[in-house]
Amino acid sequence: MAIEVSDEVVGVADQGPVISARDVRVWYGTTRGAIRAVDGVSFDLAPGETLGLVGESGCGKSTLGRGLMGLLPEGAKRDGQVLFRGRDIFTLSAKASYQLRGRELGMIFQEPLTRLNPLMRISEHFEETIKQHEPDLSKDEIRARALETLRLMGIPPTRYRSYPHEFSGGMRQRLMIALALVLRPAFVVADEPTTALDVLVEAQIVQILNDLRRNFQTSLLLITHNVGIVAEACDRVAVMYAGRIVEQGRVADVFKNPQHPYTRELMRSTISLTTTGLNYIPGAPPDLVDPPDGCRFHPRCPKAMNVCATQNPVNIERPGGGRVECWLAGPEDRIPAGGKQPLEQEELTVADEA
Amino acid sequence: MPTRPDTAPDTGPETGPQAGPQTGPPTGAQTGPRTGHERAADALVDVRDLSVHFELRGGTLARLFGRDTGTIKAVDGVSLSLRPGEVVGLVGESGSGKSTLGRALLGLVPATHGSIRVRDQDLADLKRRELREIRQVVQMVFQDPNAALNPSMTVEDAVADALVVHGVRSASERHTRVVEALERVGLSPVELFLKKYPRDLSGGQKQRVVLARAIVLDPELLVADEPVSMLDMSVRAKILQLMLDLKNELGLTYVYITHDLATAKYFCDRIAIMYLGRIVEIGDTEEIFANPRHPYTKALLAAIPEPDPDKMVPRNLPRGEIPDAAQPPLGCAFHPRCPEAVTGCGWESRDLRALLEEHWLRPGVAFEDEQKVIGELEELDTPSTTATLGVGGSGAVRAVLDRMKAEDPGEPLWSGVTSIEDSGAGVNVHFEPAPSPALRRAGGVEVACVLYPDPGEG
Amino acid sequence: MRRVLSAIAKPITETTGLARWMLVAGVVITAVFVICAIFAPWLAPYGFAQSSAHGVEFPKAGPPSSAHPFGTDRLFFDVLSRVIWGARTALEVVVLSILFCVVLGVPLGLLSGFYGGAADRILVLIMDALYAFPSFLLAIVCSFLLVDVFGGSVIAVSLSLTVVYIPQYFRVVRNTTLSAKEATYIEAARAIGARDIRIMRKYLFGNVVQSVPVLGTLNAADAILTLAGLGFLGLGIQSTQAAEWGHDLQRALADAGGGVWWTGLYPGLAIVFMVIGLTLVGEGLNETLNPTLRRRRLLPVVMPERDAAPSESEGR
Repeated sequence: MAIEVSDEVVGVADQGPVISARDVRVWYGTTRGAIRAVDGVSFDLAPGETLGLVGESGCGKSTLGRGLMGLLPEGAKRDGQVLFRGRDIFTLSAKASYQLRGRELGMIFQEPLTRLNPLMRISEHFEETIKQHEPDLSKDEIRARALETLRLMGIPPTRYRSYPHEFSGGMRQRLMIALALVLRPAFVVADEPTTALDVLVEAQIVQILNDLRRNFQTSLLLITHNVGIVAEACDRVAVMYAGRIVEQGRVADVFKNPQHPYTRELMRSTISLTTTGLNYIPGAPPDLVDPPDGCRFHPRCPKAMNVCATQNPVNIERPGGGRVECWLAGPEDRIPAGGKQPLEQEELTVADEA
Repeated sequence: MPTRPDTAPDTGPETGPQAGPQTGPPTGAQTGPRTGHERAADALVDVRDLSVHFELRGGTLARLFGRDTGTIKAVDGVSLSLRPGEVVGLVGESGSGKSTLGRALLGLVPATHGSIRVRDQDLADLKRRELREIRQVVQMVFQDPNAALNPSMTVEDAVADALVVHGVRSASERHTRVVEALERVGLSPVELFLKKYPRDLSGGQKQRVVLARAIVLDPELLVADEPVSMLDMSVRAKILQLMLDLKNELGLTYVYITHDLATAKYFCDRIAIMYLGRIVEIGDTEEIFANPRHPYTKALLAAIPEPDPDKMVPRNLPRGEIPDAAQPPLGCAFHPRCPEAVTGCGWESRDLRALLEEHWLRPGVAFEDEQKVIGELEELDTPSTTATLGVGGSGAVRAVLDRMKAEDPGEPLWSGVTSIEDSGAGVNVHFEPAPSPALRRAGGVEVACVLYPDPGEG
Repeated sequence: MRRVLSAIAKPITETTGLARWMLVAGVVITAVFVICAIFAPWLAPYGFAQSSAHGVEFPKAGPPSSAHPFGTDRLFFDVLSRVIWGARTALEVVVLSILFCVVLGVPLGLLSGFYGGAADRILVLIMDALYAFPSFLLAIVCSFLLVDVFGGSVIAVSLSLTVVYIPQYFRVVRNTTLSAKEATYIEAARAIGARDIRIMRKYLFGNVVQSVPVLGTLNAADAILTLAGLGFLGLGIQSTQAAEWGHDLQRALADAGGGVWWTGLYPGLAIVFMVIGLTLVGEGLNETLNPTLRRRRLLPVVMPERDAAPSESEGR
């Protein structure tokens, strides 16, 4: 189905960021100690921009998304600063942050069926969502608005009175996206929105997400483990490893010229149509209760140096824009003498494998 | 020195299937294009015209009212033969019947029709005991390693149980063979893993245990049902490499079931693309990728997200999703989603519904007014080559249909319409009936698509 | 050995707060009764049906004294001894009935859930009918019938309790089997060629019996009450065959008016404490073993002040 889109991309460069995160930490309590799932993450998101967050499982991607939304389990703590249009959303009262969610901050989950009430019609879902934040709207206005959002998602108006179980998996994900977008939030977190879907449907959803910025001027944080989806649907990419964003920048820059070995290994291990040899990253992401000293990737890094095992890498500007945290990228003057010698690494066996 | 991905993958291309038949017998490249229908004399497994149907039993109420009962044709007339040493990919979306076909090869689901011959024994003729014997020859690797292992059995017990089942009485022999299998799948030092429970292992390690359990019986054929799709990106390549190594060391034959053409391209000698229980295209991997013929194959190829920022999102994607297998589309099963559909694809009432709904999605269409003219669409849901619709007078209905036609004159559905006649307050739209296309030779492959008619028919 | 111990202690070490307190209190109370039951011949000063010692008859309904700390009853029996011996009877009956329930109910539930079909439907119908029947009434009817066969013995009462409680085991095991048999590892077991019987024994059994211990302890508490009820109605075990708290209570009923309080108080207290003990153990186990109720003990998160951020400047 054709989705009407205008060809010009909304000019966004001049405006300030919608989301500006500084040194965000989200830690979980466990029986063994705190899991440092997100440990000092900073990024900006411009209006209408899509930022892809990639990394292996267990690197804190989902935690970061949920942390930004304030949807954390009991025993979790977060700190740092997240400015949404200049307001720090981490310090808001419970009521204020509740009002912000849904209206200004939206979330799209991986498994859509579990997020829809099976006893409520689609129309009721929309009425419920819209009324919560805009109680003055009449039923006709709600209907018009819902139908318009559904239309942009490719769901025909004839299905407005249906129940969630009457929809296929891809349609349900479209519904979830429509529900998240009907209030036109400025910022949406999409957590692995296509993982449960088939390839063709996945491509359809990626296409819809790709059109979001044009249809809704929404900033999107797209969490995925699929490097290909980032390449297709995102403006910028942030590569996350062991609770930190190790490299971020424009997709074309980062993917064509990855500065961090993790980015490079992640891309090389992806099997695509152009794959001619199988590559993999040895070992597994570290236990975030007690992450390795220095660079957290050093035990798995093919280019690890002595300095990597002892000193935290410095977050610096990457050539071509964006930021990177890797001693290979510099700064040279902070590396102690002998620090550039190749690191003697312990061999990673299957016992360490993910 | 640690093993590095820089060095390890160098073995990839050499041991990979593209490198040619080093260990296995000659593959198709030398004997000319080989496809599903040929009965290979030396076939390890020969599937003839196989159908697996499931009876659908709704709840009591549904049965009382006669709803929701029917037959799901999970596999519908599939022929395939496997030569020793080759890797055949079954590729399709979920609901395409690829997993059911794989399970049928082990006799885990009974064949409704047709035959499966493993080493010239028909599975259907075998008694239960003999069927269990055949499972020494054919083994399976499952998609979800977390679910494929009994949570209350240790690694050693899990792998050894395959031996117990097949009558290896001596505990010390079992131990030796378990250790050997675990070492083969790379779980060494073995002592580290023998006494562990599945919950103590990572996803990749669990999949290795599942592989060990499969190879401990020295099988000849391994049916691998999406063996890497639940694993993290960083270990997928490792497990695939392991499977290739095992194939070469043990002379295995693989049926590789996947929805991911990218891994299939790397892994398989031959690929069968499945859609709604049928094979729609089958042929050698190189030919399929170099020259995809069936529109479904093309769509699957286009949909793979490539980590190349220069590649744009594909725009010409098939619409919708895989339809309900209990009521498959008339004619070619793929035609409702097909971007290349033509007149003779078998258009029917449900396509008209889909087109109407699509029409109402267009901006500026007076949906409310038109719906009053057309009325409820539920009647179109019964598959038929005659679609009855309209409540607001035949003239008004024709006007709506004309507007739809004017919107997109190229829509192939209209060319499949034989006549539109007035009927009460609406119209009857008659479509030209068309059979489901059979697999026909086209170039080096076989394709089931009306775009590739039998060369003999002219 | 150490592993076994730590596995047994796991419910206690893994719980927190109220659940742990409940479990510990329950285990202590239950342990006291179990010790009484096992060592009754040594702990009890006299036999349960002993009315004289060293040729001296006990007083009839004598108040507590140094020779008889809990007094004696109208049949000249020592109350303390009967309370201690009563623990043995209670434990015997409860253990036997749970054993019967497990031995019959678990395999039946497993077979019924695994194979389904007509036999399954008939079994479910029977078990549901038993379950729907008022349990105490059912116990009365069963003991009426069984006492004729076995006499007023421990076996007869245990069997009637089995009839009352077996539907719960059957249903729990059958339902978990129904969901567990769809698991991939069952299909994997078929794929390696395992027979049905092996699949049930090696792959299903261990995964479906996990809720049985909790059910067992919770039922044990209930069974004590039912047993006492039967004894109170005179349908259970006779005074001369074994000491039984419910039956003693019934006989103490006549004493209550005459100021003889000790014959009723002590058996009554024994019933109350044993039921409380077993219930606490059951609920405590439920909290720890049942994943939907379990709350793990989380260590509080303390975020240290960040070390000087290793960054030249923030943002992109």
